[in-house]
Amino acid sequence: MNISKDLVAASAAPLVLAILAEGDSYGYAIIKRVGELSGGQLRWTDGMLYPVLHRLERLGYVEARWATAETGRRRRYYRITKAGRAHLETQREQWQAVDATLRGIWRTLTSMHAPGCPA
Amino acid sequence: MAKHDDTLEAQITQWRAYLRRRPAIRTGDVEELEGHLRDQVTALVDAGLAADEAFLVAVKRMGNLDAVSREFAREHSERLWKQLVVAPAGATEAERRASSVETLVVVGLAAAAGLAVKLPELFGYPPLVNVDEELLPFYFRNMSFFVLPILAGYFAWKRRLDRAGCVRLAVVFAAAALVINVFPFAHGGHTILLAALHLPIALWLVVGVAYAGGRWRDGGGRMDFVRFSGELFIYYVLMALGGGVLTGFTLATFSAIGANVEWFAQQWLLPCGALGAVIVGAWLVEAKQSVVENMAPVLTRLFTPLFAAVLLAVLATMVWTGSGIDVEREVLIGFDLLLAVVLGLLLYAVSARDPHAPPDAFDALQLLLVVSALVLDGVALAAIAGRISEFGFSPNRVAALGENLILLVNLAWSAWLYARFLGGRGPFSALERWQTDYLPVYAVWAGFVVVAFPPLFGFL
Repeated sequence: MNISKDLVAASAAPLVLAILAEGDSYGYAIIKRVGELSGGQLRWTDGMLYPVLHRLERLGYVEARWATAETGRRRRYYRITKAGRAHLETQREQWQAVDATLRGIWRTLTSMHAPGCPA
Repeated sequence: MAKHDDTLEAQITQWRAYLRRRPAIRTGDVEELEGHLRDQVTALVDAGLAADEAFLVAVKRMGNLDAVSREFAREHSERLWKQLVVAPAGATEAERRASSVETLVVVGLAAAAGLAVKLPELFGYPPLVNVDEELLPFYFRNMSFFVLPILAGYFAWKRRLDRAGCVRLAVVFAAAALVINVFPFAHGGHTILLAALHLPIALWLVVGVAYAGGRWRDGGGRMDFVRFSGELFIYYVLMALGGGVLTGFTLATFSAIGANVEWFAQQWLLPCGALGAVIVGAWLVEAKQSVVENMAPVLTRLFTPLFAAVLLAVLATMVWTGSGIDVEREVLIGFDLLLAVVLGLLLYAVSARDPHAPPDAFDALQLLLVVSALVLDGVALAAIAGRISEFGFSPNRVAALGENLILLVNLAWSAWLYARFLGGRGPFSALERWQTDYLPVYAVWAGFVVVAFPPLFGFL
């Protein structure tokens, strides 16, 4: 299943913030984590993650620092800030509201199509 | 395995170079993206893929670089602007250092140009602002030497001109300074005026030789100098506007606190700023060259139709009223300037045109402009010739005659080449070639007016 571009774009920021709330991370690991969490269903274009990270940095939701990784190369690590956690919290409420609304209507639709109802 | 690694490294280097060309993506971003790519490749190789396959998959997953670069640009739109002055995006450490060295050199040269105009005061000349009739000619005829040698020096440094080239430049400037200062000009005569007006034109082409580095013989190098001159002019006008505002505020604020700093504005701010700005402008043109679309061609597009309309209206009026051109000196000078502007419009239209594009309506308009200028020039020449046959030769008339002849030849041949191009019988590059080949003619004529006119007309 391919998730639409708009949905991917809308969910990118809360997803990245949530992954960083688990612990500091870097671009490649974040992408990998997204793959794990979605069971491979949410596929990002890798390059597009970085503009998102930079936007979150500009907004003050994450901090970035360069550090040398175990491979010997420099890597840019991101950490969620206090403002980032607060933003994640409001995002979470919003997504839950959307999710609850959709769940409600899915349930109604499912019961309408359930056996015993006129088709 | 080692061979595989080499190929992979070469591929990654190529990919990185491709990424670095994008202005919105900075060095740090490239490093970050490259790290990602390498992690991905390593993971895929560990999963059993060959190195080159892994590279292809990793690049594919990274996404379309145009789209990625667009996202970067959206997030960092300021980057597309800031790099006008700072080192280009993706500059290495060495490039950054070179760029800051250049900034220092430019500031130093601009200061030198600004202070050069104060140099005569050390030798007892009054400052530029207070000069009376006696001394004005001194500053007037030496105006070119306060800044043009420094500008040529900047380009000699920037283009790493060899020693012989530097010596040649220095010799030309020294010879020019010698000629203009030791000729026994008659006080308030015509030849000194003509020489002082033509000297900057001749020396500007010398700056062009320095600008082009070793490429002066090549049409492309000359065309670049033409573009540079136009851009510098626009930058200079903009800086002059800013300088005017600065001066106005300086005077107003100091007079508000009861201090009169008019002497400072007149003796330092204006003359030093006006000369220093030439160097700074040249540097700005150099720095932004490829970043923003050039202004001169845009203005050309805007004004070509308007100037064509004006010239046609003038011609129509002349036919209607049956009146010729007044051969007063001021009128003729204004007329020559108009023709020079037309030539400039032609030159910039040529410089900005894609030589491979087929003819379009703008080209027809350009031809119309050239032909109407040609007719007007013919009328002016007839007027000058009539004046000469009536009153004999004078420096001014001969100078006007020469200038109009030079313009006439250029315009006539340009019209011919343009017509051939529009008729599909000749390439556009022929016109471009003609214009760049013709550039030295202006300098030679200007040099001739400076060097040969005074003795020919007895320094009058």
